[in-house]
Amino acid sequence: MPSDAPQAVRDICERCVGRIGAPISALREVAATLGAIEQAHMETVADVFNLSVAEVRGIVSFYSDLRTEPAGRRHIRLCQAEACQAVGARELTAAAQEKLGIALGETAADGSVSLEAVYCLGLCASGPSAMVDGRPLARATIKALFA
Amino acid sequence: MSVAYVPSETLANALGANEVAAALAARGHEVVRTGSRGLAWTEPMIEMDDVAYGPVTNVDELEAVRLGPVDALPGLAQQQRLIFDRCGGRDPFRYDASALQEWLERPAADILAEVEASGLRGRGGAGFPAHIKWRTVRDTPADKKYIVVNADEGDSGTFADRLIMEGDPFRLIEGMLIAGRATGADAGVVYLRSEYPLAARTFEKAVAVAERMGLLQDFAIELFIGAGAYICGEETSLLESLEGKRGEVRAKPPVPAVAGLFGRPTLVHNVITLCAVPAILSMGGAAYAALGVGASTGTMTFQLAGNVRRGGLFELPFGLTVRELIDDWGGGTLSGRPIGAAQVGGPLGAYLKGAELDAPLTYEALARLGAGVGHGGVVVFDDQVDFIEQARYAFAFCAHESCGKCTPCRIGAVRGRELVETLRASEQPAAELAIIGDLCDVMEQASLCQMGGMTPIPVRSALSLPHGTQT
Ligand SMILES: Cc1cc2nc3c(=O)[nH]c(=O)nc-3n(C[C@H](O)[C@H](O)[C@H](O)COP(=O)(O)O)c2cc1C
Ligand code: FES
Repeated sequence: MPSDAPQAVRDICERCVGRIGAPISALREVAATLGAIEQAHMETVADVFNLSVAEVRGIVSFYSDLRTEPAGRRHIRLCQAEACQAVGARELTAAAQEKLGIALGETAADGSVSLEAVYCLGLCASGPSAMVDGRPLARATIKALFA
Repeated sequence: MSVAYVPSETLANALGANEVAAALAARGHEVVRTGSRGLAWTEPMIEMDDVAYGPVTNVDELEAVRLGPVDALPGLAQQQRLIFDRCGGRDPFRYDASALQEWLERPAADILAEVEASGLRGRGGAGFPAHIKWRTVRDTPADKKYIVVNADEGDSGTFADRLIMEGDPFRLIEGMLIAGRATGADAGVVYLRSEYPLAARTFEKAVAVAERMGLLQDFAIELFIGAGAYICGEETSLLESLEGKRGEVRAKPPVPAVAGLFGRPTLVHNVITLCAVPAILSMGGAAYAALGVGASTGTMTFQLAGNVRRGGLFELPFGLTVRELIDDWGGGTLSGRPIGAAQVGGPLGAYLKGAELDAPLTYEALARLGAGVGHGGVVVFDDQVDFIEQARYAFAFCAHESCGKCTPCRIGAVRGRELVETLRASEQPAAELAIIGDLCDVMEQASLCQMGGMTPIPVRSALSLPHGTQT
């Protein structure tokens, strides 16, 4: 067992034991609380849930919430799905990329901001939609994104 | 001072409902947070003394946005709300369990007979008759059986699951308990996508209330939050995910009703399918079946989105046309330009154009067009839509979301995207379209699940290629 895996990860795992889909819930919570899932975290998850590290890595690589790189301090997710396309999501995305100088899926070199794709936030009747630091935004404009 | 009913629903909140609620409270109103009526263009819409106001931006100037009496609201009054009847205008956590208790006392055979008589079909996408799955779960001997609720709602243009879970979570609990009673399952799991945190909180709170009311003594409910994967809406992928694994789809048979979660008989249903069951028991299966057209019985929670003036949720009997939904209910396109296409049924649904828009929204009529109702989402595009780009996106989305287990989907989607990318500059577009058509044939016939199997539907319809043999 690696000694550098934070106790926090083990605590999260232990809270999830016995719940349905527990390894995924634990990993989601690790990513949410620690910002990203590291190798040592995967080893702890494997240990608690009696999985191989390869299995845990397989899970992590499958689900987009289980991030292995931290997001920027400002986390902008732009909906790329059809209903938002129909009201200008592509144009909004292009404008955001230009303003930030990074492409969708990238984090600024100084870690200040990341731009990510999301496929539907369920706000489709009032698009284009976005989520900024976890806060949903409807009828998003470039101005509102950076307000 | 009047009680102010203010929605606490993700869209209304995104448009300022929390601030409106705070401002009304500061002026001395008692504020009750509610579900949404689903009329997106009016959000945040508040109700006071049975009069609706919206969209509210300034609580001191409500008269300027007075919409009129709630029960005569245009866009709401003519709906036939069987599922959404309690959503909006009331505290979702105040629950009277007397009807539920009566339903749960009915013999399982009775409940099954009503569900069969109702003609209810799955609202998650496939439209499979519900009663067949219920009977299979009931008749398959096992030490444990499950009800699994599919609340992954990944389709663009859909939000019905979210609206009911945020606005009337007890409706889903009712559906689950009745299904448990009828099939002999004593445990239910809800698989909810992580993009819906408010739905998660609302549902958990309702489960806690139900527990305190003693409604969950013979039936356990657990909520699982997904981790970001469209494919996990596919039922076998969802079950793998619930077992804590990568969401790779399973080969069928066995169907989940025989061997599902942890190998046990499992009733997998979309949220809205289960939420229709209380209405079926209260009005009777036959009365439910009298609504709609032919084998498309009952009401559907149509969700109108994209380039449309008045988007939202409209619960209506099956049978109105796509164009009626867009023009009569939605007020036409938001841009004011002519309709270019409507994509019906999510990212795996067809782009309907021209005369196809006059097809009635029924399972049968859409099947004749190589299309489907899906989860009831209708996404409107105006005439500026770029169909080559939409076809490219359909392949790209499949490539992005494919679980990777079968080759036609994993590789086909990538090759398809590449082909469409070169189409515009192609010197032999006819030959290239023929190759795309062949690729679609292979994906339709050889994919393990409908991710690869149905991606050809938006591709072919966008590019006006003849539809395949499988649809
Ligand atoms: C790629 C893919 C994604 C799906 N996503 C969903 C979904 O998000 N919600 C849903 O209820 N059904 C979804 N389905 C359909 C399910 O596989 C399944 O048919 C449904 O949950 C059964 O419930 P029903 O009988 O109530 O429709 C999806 C199917 C496929 C192929
Ligand atoms: S398509 Fe963008 S929120 Fe649904």
